[in-house]
Amino acid sequence: MGLLDYFRSSQPKGSANMAKERLQILVAHDRAERHRPSYLPNLQREILEVIRKYVDVDMNAVSVNYEQEETHEVLELNIVLPDTARNRA
Amino acid sequence: MARIIVITSGKGGVGKTTTAAALAMGLAQRGSRTAVIDFDVGLRNLDLIMGCERRVVYDFVNVINHEANLNQALIRDKRCDNLYVLPASQTRDKDALTKEGVGRVLDELSQGFDFIVCDSPAGIEHGATMAMYYADDAVVVTNPEVSSVRDSDRMLGILASKSRRAEANEEPIREFLLLTRYDAARVDNGEMLSVKDVQDILSLNLLGVIPESKAVLNASNAGVPVILDRESDAGLAYGDAVGRYLGEDLPHRFVNAEKKGFFSRLFGG
Repeated sequence: MGLLDYFRSSQPKGSANMAKERLQILVAHDRAERHRPSYLPNLQREILEVIRKYVDVDMNAVSVNYEQEETHEVLELNIVLPDTARNRA
Repeated sequence: MARIIVITSGKGGVGKTTTAAALAMGLAQRGSRTAVIDFDVGLRNLDLIMGCERRVVYDFVNVINHEANLNQALIRDKRCDNLYVLPASQTRDKDALTKEGVGRVLDELSQGFDFIVCDSPAGIEHGATMAMYYADDAVVVTNPEVSSVRDSDRMLGILASKSRRAEANEEPIREFLLLTRYDAARVDNGEMLSVKDVQDILSLNLLGVIPESKAVLNASNAGVPVILDRESDAGLAYGDAVGRYLGEDLPHRFVNAEKKGFFSRLFGG
């Protein structure tokens, strides 16, 4: 460390903070993925099949979300119905 | 019954083999009969780090395939009577390690040893999963660096779900963090994740912090586990880690940078 660095030492610190923030997000995401039950993809496919019997929805119209909280688990289904659905019913 | 310890990390090059050699030697020096096994079939290196590469006759795969018995394959360390090395095969592929075969060898070793240290290969493939499958304890070797921390977290997930203890619903594997290649001066400058940063993410039992040290390369050049270099910071830090593993309550040395005086800061140094 030279003379100039000595006076510059009040500047914002290095890259470690960035590393930590990126890791915290990444690791939380990885863990959520890991704890997801293995039946989710099949569940999503079968739900979609049932819905498609009645409504012509897109393959991407169903999203299945799984969240684990302290005392309970939440399984969230989100189905986007097309505008024409009520005409067919 | 022996305690089985896996040295693992996910990422390569973080110091697994250095750690396996050091911990095994440390445990043996404290009087426990210890075997250290190289699970890196095809790329064996533990024998080099232990300095017994010219004494390898039979290997782990030979024992699994009943081509040799354990006593023929185990290499007794010349510096410590309590320590034995079981080298990996250089020529086979990793599929030579079967779950049954590894289990049988570990069972047999358990009769005569107090500790069995399993040096895992990098990655999360067959060799690595075999190394951790039968473990009672896991030492997760991590560098204060993003990819290493992430891989360690993935490894923790695998330890918690794919080990024998997990499958049998037994008490889970005890997990320890060993932070290696730690540069306290760079941490102080905000250029490197600190012990606390890594602990905030992984929150494990901290077994030790091994400083970045020239002694590690010197030791591997010579085929001497670095823990035998009692003059070096890394050697002493590994010695402390062994003590902590055995239940001693020791302060962490080498986590704070040496304070520089005003003049050395002013004129560089």
